[in-house]
This record gives sequence, structure tokens and C-alpha cells, in this order.
Amino acid sequence: MNAIKKYAGLLWIILGPLGIHYLLQTASSEIAKKPGIDTQIQWGVFIVVFYPIAIGFILFGLYALEGNYDHLPEASTELDDYDAKPL
Amino acid sequence: MNNNNDTKGIWKVIGASSLGTLIEWYDFYIFGSLAVVIANQFFPKTNPTAALLSTLATFAAGFIVRPFGALVFGRLGDLVGRKYTFLLTLVLMGGSTFAIGCIPNYDSIGFLAPILVLVLRLIQGLALGGEYGGAATYVAEHSPAHRRGYFTSWIQTTATLGLFISLGVILLTRHMLDADPAKSIAKFNDWGWRIPFLISILLVIVSIYIRLKMAESPLYAKLKSEGKTSVNPLKESFGHKANLKMVLLALFGATMGQGVVWYTGQFYAQSFIENVCKVEFDQSRTILIWAILFATPFFVVFASLSDKIGRKWIMIFGMLFAVVSYNYLFTNLYTIADEKTKTEIAEKHEVKTILTPIASTSDSVRKTVTKTFYTDGMSMVQTKTDTAYFTPGKMTKKPVVTTSKTINSSDYWKMVGIVFILILYVTMVYGPIAAFLVELFPTKIRYTSMSLPYHIGNGVFGGLTPFIATLLTTIYVDNKIVGLMYPIIIGTLCMVIGAIYINNRIDPEVDR
Repeated sequence: MNAIKKYAGLLWIILGPLGIHYLLQTASSEIAKKPGIDTQIQWGVFIVVFYPIAIGFILFGLYALEGNYDHLPEASTELDDYDAKPL
Repeated sequence: MNNNNDTKGIWKVIGASSLGTLIEWYDFYIFGSLAVVIANQFFPKTNPTAALLSTLATFAAGFIVRPFGALVFGRLGDLVGRKYTFLLTLVLMGGSTFAIGCIPNYDSIGFLAPILVLVLRLIQGLALGGEYGGAATYVAEHSPAHRRGYFTSWIQTTATLGLFISLGVILLTRHMLDADPAKSIAKFNDWGWRIPFLISILLVIVSIYIRLKMAESPLYAKLKSEGKTSVNPLKESFGHKANLKMVLLALFGATMGQGVVWYTGQFYAQSFIENVCKVEFDQSRTILIWAILFATPFFVVFASLSDKIGRKWIMIFGMLFAVVSYNYLFTNLYTIADEKTKTEIAEKHEVKTILTPIASTSDSVRKTVTKTFYTDGMSMVQTKTDTAYFTPGKMTKKPVVTTSKTINSSDYWKMVGIVFILILYVTMVYGPIAAFLVELFPTKIRYTSMSLPYHIGNGVFGGLTPFIATLLTTIYVDNKIVGLMYPIIIGTLCMVIGAIYINNRIDPEVDR
């Protein structure tokens, strides 16, 4: 299972930029099709919101690839360890 | 927290928390439910589509600021305590809702009106961002460990019940302003829409009074007395890999899919029935009201079950059932009201034309109302509005056509059944999620850590579902159910991530 978690991480790393590329492409074609402030605001909001989420998704993939999800906390005592490991 | 004495006061805690959260959801939803009416009141009428889009954008803005509310109030909740933070969110939400009901319309004060509405809507979003995490955390920290899912599920019902009450209040107000139904609706659209906003203040005052009497969460109070509360909850939540990885997992493996399933089942379903199936206003809303009424107990059922078998697979199967059956269920909704599948009663066909002269011209506004009746009991009213020009040969480029169908009783209950199934999926993914999120994070940064993934999942991914789905139908106009592509893709992705990465159960002794 840990191998699947790691290799799937690669997929998430690839999907992040692909998602952004698709979003930018759709936004530019829709704005070109219907130029106007409404369309620009609408797609502008989508890009502003989903861009950082895509970066988070890449980070999630990276953590998976590094094996950070091989073991998840199973007891409350492990939750305390959060304090000890800064990035 | 594990003995029976500790559970004695839990119902008081649940009651106080749930009532406030319920009111916050009510406040938040009445704006969305009245989007069209608000568009007419506050946005320039010259372009109705722009007006509606502006309101939808405002609606989306309400959702988009929710994650910021989660950060602001989550941090506050971890620094000063749960009780005072979710009191503050309640005051902000109630105050801004009441204020929306008081704003003069665009015709009276011009552009100040939509600007004020936008600002107040943003405050609503911020407040909601802080409320849920506080309420869920507060209840969970009072609950006995082995029944955390069951007790937090009462908080989970509030979002759906808030929608239920908002729809009920709107329908009641719409029909009680005059003995003549048409006049009552006209009055509602003119000024009666303010009533649901204004009455919110009474509910908020009651809720504030109740919450003021509540004590701080025992786990948080213990941490505080020991001087172990977080100094910088944002840094500890998102600046430490061990916690950040759990935040990301909560978002991509749970709340993202839960958000789209929730909003597809409750909001897009109603929008689809009204705008794509063209079922008339009252029926499209009462269908949702019945379905909510029948499905709501299942929040408690599935959350309670999660205490016994774990949270993970209930949520994953909820997503699985949803993504597999959405196309089938929405196609059925469409077919039920599709006039092409029905036989018309030709002799009952009615066409009426009303001409209203336009001042200082020889032209008139022509309204053509066509009533069609079908053998199965369905009726359809089509209203076409255009300009009848005096000059021969001159025609309106694009007449405005509206369609409204009244379906028969049997089809009505079929639709209720389908929406019930959609909401059942919501109860599977949403019922256990409060307990699931609470158990992922330690007490000292729990409010901050769980609020952000919850509100990105629900506010951004979920909240934008009706908007993106409607947008897709304008891009791919021939496919009536193309809007489902968005929740199906997001739901599938989340389901796969959740299935691979999430543990079925964490140690129930989350008391640190």
C-alpha cells in the first residue's frame, strides 16, 4: 500500500500543473468568446482561487512521494508530535 | 470525558451550539435562495443577465471568503477560546443579515446599494468561516470519545435544516402578504423579501443569550489553565509539515469530495429542477423541502454508525454512490418533466395575447401566454414577451421566453424520491466529517487546522458547484446534464485519494 501511496504522489504532482493549464486555457478561450467585464471577473475569480489550491495539490503529491503518508497518526499521543517537527 | 456524568450536559451544549449554527446557515442561505429578487432590487435592471450574474458572483464571493474567515476566527478560537469566538461570528452574521434587509434598493441610493450588499455578504462569508469549526470543535470536546460521531452529527444537521427553514420562511412569506396569490408574490418581490432577513435578528438574539450562558470547552479550558495553548496557531497549523500534511489530506481526501456531493445534492439539484426541467417555483422548492425532511435523520444514522465502523468507508462509499449514479438520477429528473415524452390535450390548448402600449410611440409590449395541458396531468405555461412594432416588418431580435411547468402528483413524488437519494449521499459524506476532522488535529490548533480544509472543501469546491455546473451548460448547450462533469470529476478524485491515504479510524482518545 505504501508503494501505491508513493507512486500515486507522482500523479498528483503532474495533475496540479495540468489542472492550472486547463483552467488558464479555458479561461482565455471563454474570455475571447465573450469579452466583457462579467466574464473576466468570473474567470479571474476561478484562477485566483484554484491556483493556490493546485499548488497545495502538488505539495500533497510531493509529501506522498516522500513517504510522509506511509504512517498516519493512530493515537492521540502521536498528535502531540506535530509541535516537534517544523518544516 | 469518558464517564456517563460527562454526557449529562451534552444536550445543552449541542442545543446551544446547533441553534446558533442553524441560524448562521439560515442567514447565509436566504441570500442565495433570493438571488433573482435581490438582483432586481440592487443591481442595474438594464441587463437582467448581468444583474443575475452579479448576484451569483456575490454569492460565490460569500463562499470564497469563507476560508479567510476560517483562518481569522480559527486562529482567534485557538488563542482566546471557542466560546467567545463563535459568539463573535454569530453577532457578525446576524448583524449583516439584518442590515441587508434594511438597505434601500438601487433606485433609491444608486450604486451604494450593490456595494453595501457586497460588503455585507463578504462579512457573512467571513462569519460562517469561523462558525462551523468552532461549533463542531466545541461539541466534540464535550463529547464522550466513543460517541463523538453521534453527538457532532447534530451540528451536521444544521446546514441542511438551515436550508430547510430558509426555503420554508421564503415560501410562507411569499404567500401570506395578500389574499390574492399574484398580488402576494408581487408584494414579496417588491418589499416582502426583506422579511426573512429582518426576522433573523430575533433568532440571533435568542441564540446569543443561550451561548453566553455556556462554559468554555473543557479540553480547551484545561489547556489554558496549564498554559499549553498555542502561541501562533497559524504557524503551528500550516508551518509544520506533520500538521500541514494532515490539512492537505483532509482537504483532498475528504472535504473536497464531500463539498461537491453536498452542493450537488441540495443546491444544484434544486437549480436543475427549476432552470433545466423548468418546474415552477413553488414545486421546485417543496420537492427539496420534502426530500430534506425525509433525509435529515440519516446524518445522525451515518455519523452514529461511524462511531462503530469508522468514518472513512462511509464517506468514501457516499462519494462512490454519488459519482456513479449522478448521470442516471439527473437524466431521470429531466425526463420526468420533459414535455416531449408526454401527449398534449390539443382541445385544451390556450393562447392569449396582451398588448400594452409603450408611451409616446406607436409600438406595444406584446405578451403571449401559451398554456398547454398533457394527458398525464402536467401543464406548461410559456410566456413570450416582445415588442409589437407599428412599422411593418420590424421584429424583436430576441424575445424573452419563460417556461413554467406544473407536474402531476406522481411525478412530483418521483422527483422527491430522487432528490432524497441525492441528499442521502450528502448524509453519508457529511454526517461523520466533523468527528473525522476533529480527530485529525490536536486541541491546541484544532479550530484553525480543521476550519481551513472544511471551508475550502465546502466553500470553494462545493460552493462553486452550481455556478460552474451552470457555466458548463452555457458552454456545451446541447447536453442538459453536462454540469455534472464537475462534481463527478472532483468527487472521483477525492474518493480515490481518500481510499488510498486515509486511515479508517484514529484512536478515539483525542483529548490532547
